[in-house]
Parts: sequence; structure tokens; C-alpha cells
Amino acid sequence: MTKLSIDDVEHIARLSRLELTQAEKEKFAKQLSNVIGYVEELNEVKTNDVEVMSQVTGLNNVTEIDLLEAGNISYNHIEKNAPEFRDGSFVVPGIFQD
Amino acid sequence: MKHLYKLTIKEASDKLYRGEITSVELVNSVMERIEQIEDKVGAYITVTRELALEQAKKSDERRKKGRVLSPIDGIPIAVKDLFNTKGVRTTAASKILDDFVPQYESTATKKLWDAGAVLVGKTNLDQFAMGSSTETSAFKTTKNPWDLSRVPGGSSGGSAAAVAADMCIAALGTDTGGSIRQPASLCGIVGLKPTYGRVSRYGVNAMASSLDTIGPMTKTVEDAAILLNIIAGQDKYDSTTLATKVPNYLSSLGQDIKDLTIGIPKEFYGKGMDSEVDMIVKNAINIFKERGIKVVEVSLPSVKYALDVYYIIVWAEVASNMARYDGIRYGHSKIKNQKLVSSKSEGSKIKNLEDVYITSRTEGLGDEVKRRVMLGNYVLSSGYYDAYYKKAQQVRNLVKQDFEKVFKNVDILLTPVSPTAAFKIAEKTDNPLQMYLSDIHTVPINPAGVPAMSIPAGFTKNNLPVGIQLIAPQCGEETIFKLASAFEKVTDFHKQRPNL
Repeated sequence: MTKLSIDDVEHIARLSRLELTQAEKEKFAKQLSNVIGYVEELNEVKTNDVEVMSQVTGLNNVTEIDLLEAGNISYNHIEKNAPEFRDGSFVVPGIFQD
Repeated sequence: MKHLYKLTIKEASDKLYRGEITSVELVNSVMERIEQIEDKVGAYITVTRELALEQAKKSDERRKKGRVLSPIDGIPIAVKDLFNTKGVRTTAASKILDDFVPQYESTATKKLWDAGAVLVGKTNLDQFAMGSSTETSAFKTTKNPWDLSRVPGGSSGGSAAAVAADMCIAALGTDTGGSIRQPASLCGIVGLKPTYGRVSRYGVNAMASSLDTIGPMTKTVEDAAILLNIIAGQDKYDSTTLATKVPNYLSSLGQDIKDLTIGIPKEFYGKGMDSEVDMIVKNAINIFKERGIKVVEVSLPSVKYALDVYYIIVWAEVASNMARYDGIRYGHSKIKNQKLVSSKSEGSKIKNLEDVYITSRTEGLGDEVKRRVMLGNYVLSSGYYDAYYKKAQQVRNLVKQDFEKVFKNVDILLTPVSPTAAFKIAEKTDNPLQMYLSDIHTVPINPAGVPAMSIPAGFTKNNLPVGIQLIAPQCGEETIFKLASAFEKVTDFHKQRPNL
């Protein structure tokens, strides 16, 4: 049965863009190992000839003309929810160091 | 007339039609009820009193002019706080959306308002619908109206409690693995998870997109049919909605059921099931037998693995869906109040864009969301993808095939909804696996995409409600309505109300 180590938890927290305290790492390592261990019973099932299924509707290539529908959402509305908004753009810290 | 809040949609609609009551009177009665007991129950995150009265006045004016829009014109309806409602705060019960006010309306709620319905408020839920008890809400714990020391179930626990306690006439919920049916069962109301794609998901915060569905939570089967008539249908904003014609579900009510065959899938019985729940389900089977219906035992062998399939797919899709919460465009953010020009100055934790993502998400998301995001990134990681995610998608196919096979021989399946009645608050919060296992009978339905309904079927010795689950093939909602209405006609479990 798979057990997640503290290192594993640090790695997936990093992938998830989350920061954990030491106590949280210990708690999650235990809890996540518990549920991952449980779902591993799937290994019993033979699936060599079974196709992967990602959805149930059977619908394929549903397309729609990509038209802007005027009047739905204004800059004003977007600005109200935005942490920082200036001249029609979201404001973010730099990505590259100068 | 007193206590209008007790009415069903059908009863209120008839009284409005006959001019015995007005929508304003109905809304006032519901608001009075909320004021009286909301402190005890905690069903709502936001109550929209002023908006409701405004909508009710408009409805009454329409009625005076003979321009009634639908059977739900003027009816107060509560909506799970996962549906975007334009101009009305929508939190998903998470701190990360604490002050979020949507700039657009979800299709399902738009259809309600276009039909004249009145918004009572936004109900509490497990954070982003991740949970089975409504305890992962960042704002409050909703109590079960039948026993305030117990959970209402989840994740649509606020909607279920509000309907059960008459704090609205009906409600909308969402169901990814049981989030409509399990709280409906635990609160003694009717809850329908429609076929995947029957109701548009547009504008509803996504949890696991290939499993998420939207449905009615009501006091009666008939009310569920009234609401489904309104919210079902294809939507160009949700490419997974089905083109299949939407029938008039009301015409299924009261139809002859004698030629139908019920299947009892043995995998849903036995291990882990409470003996009182077992008795209540068996009693329900007997009620159908007495009506002359054929009952046969069937088997869905892959269902044994459905919980594993369900959670792996949920984690993976959650990890992707939650990536949008980055603190840049909306929601809780560390950009706010930071002077960005001087962000490289000493003392500021936010030095670059990634710091914004990490800090905003770490502060804004709750533990259960974090667990699922991390598990999702784990099962999607290179080296683990085939063993978990691909495997789950293959076994999902087997689960779906099992349902298809069994529905060649029977019209409907009857199972328990939850292995137990409502459990105590805080009983399972420290043990995620135990919490996950409370969904064991509801989760197999979502990977298969079929519809299922929970209807009240009895009470335990402690007077806690217990429901049964009716499962039909894809787009088989009419069969569910036929049988559920027949059951309701000869029982009075749905008429019981908690003492509050």
C-alpha cells in the first residue's frame, strides 16, 4: 500500500501552489496515504482490453460560432471583482526579475 | 392564512392562481420563518430579502394583468451558493470567494427568474461542494432540522435543511457524487440528480466537470417535476447538454406502474449498512410489491470499485478546475493592498507572481479543497497517471457498461441512499476516508451519468428521516417520476416535518 512521505506531500503541495506548515504536512501525509491506500483496490480489476472513458454523453466535437455577445459583461463589472485593475488590465507583479 | 411557508410549489401555485394569496405574502411568510429559525439551523449564507420582495411585487403585478409566466411565478426558491447569481454575492462557501459578486447569471437560475421565480437566498454548502456533511463550509455549520446535533448531509446541506425546515418553498442543488440525494435523504425531502447533460452547468462553479449535475430539492415528487420542466434542456453555453427533447415530466405522475420491473442490486446491500436503514428500504420494496410490481435481484459487479473510480476522477478534475483560483482576476488575493511598485521592498512576502498564487490559494482554500487538489496532482503526475487516472477511466467504462447491461432487464433500480441516517456533527471531520465512505451508494451513479432520485421512505427510532434511491437509465427521469409519485401516493413520510 502506498504511503505518502513528507517529501511526497511537499512535492504535490508545490505542484498545487500551496504552502503547508510542518504540522499540516504531517496531517496530510497521514490522511492522503489513508485514502490513496483505499483506492488502490482498483489494481485488482483487469483492464487490458478496456477503453478509457472520459465522459458519458457520447457527444463529439460540439462547436459554436465564437461571437462576442455585446453588453453581457462590462469592464466595470470585471474591475469590481479584480484585486488590482488599471486601464482595462489586471495588475500583477513582474514575472521576470529585472 | 397562516404559515404559508409550509406550502409546496403546487399548493402555493394553486393559491396564487385562485387569488387566495399574493407572492408578497408568501415571501413575507418565508422570510419570517427564516428570521425565527435561521439561528438554529444555519441554512443560508446570504438571505436576499429586499430582492425577493422586489421580485414578488413584480410577480403580483404580472398576475394582476393576467401575464403569469409559469407555475413557479412568484414562488420563493433557495439556491445553493455555488450558482453564479448576477449582482448577488456567490461564495461557494469558500474564503477565496468571500466577496465575489458574479457579473453574470448561471443558466439554471436564469431559467428560474425568467419563469418568474423569487430568490430567497443562497444556501450553505461544503466548500466548493467538496464534502458530505456541509461541515467544510468556511462560514458556518448547517444543522439537521430533525436533530440539531447532527449534520444535514452534503454538499447541498443548506438547500436540504432549508426545504425540510420550510425556510423556502423549494431549492436547487448540485450533485457530483450524491450531493443532492444524500442530504435529501438525511433531511427527509425529495432530491433529484438528473441525467448528466440534462441541465446546463453554465455559470455553476465546477467541481468535477465530467460528473457535475444540477437538480431540484423539493417537498414533493410533483414539485421536483415542476422544477425539472423549467431547468432542463440544451444550452449553447454548456456543450455537454443533451439535444434529447425534454418531455413534460408532470405527465409521468400518477401513471400506471404495474408493467415495470424493479431491480435490487445486491452490491448496494449488506456491509456497513445500518439495520434500521435496511428495514426501511426493505419495507419500501414491499410497498412496491404490493402494488403488483415485479422485483428481481440483479448484480452490478463493477460497482464495488465505483468509489475508487469516483474519487480518483474527482481529485484529477478538481486539481484542474481549482487552478483558476490564482488571486489575479477575482477572489481573495494577496495583490490587494500591496503596493506592487514596492513589492520587492523588505517585509513584503509577495516578491513575484508565483508568490501571489501560493499565498492567495493557501489562505483562501479550505483543507478538503487542498486535500483534493493535492491528490489530483498526485494521480495526474508522470509515473502515477497510468496506475491511477487512466485505470480509473477504464474502470469507469466498466461501471457504465454494468448499468447498461442491467437496464436491459429492469426498468429501475432501488437502493439505499446512505448506509446510515444523519450522523453527529464533527463525527467524521478528522477522518476523510470515513466521510468519503458515507457516499458509497450515491457515487456509482455519477460515473455512469444516469439519473437518480432520493425520496423519503421512513424514520429511525430516533425520528431521523431515511430515503430510498431510484435509479433509471440515461434520460429515464420519467420512469423515476412514475414510481416515485406512486410511492408518495400511498405513504406519508414526505408530509412529516421537524419540530422547530
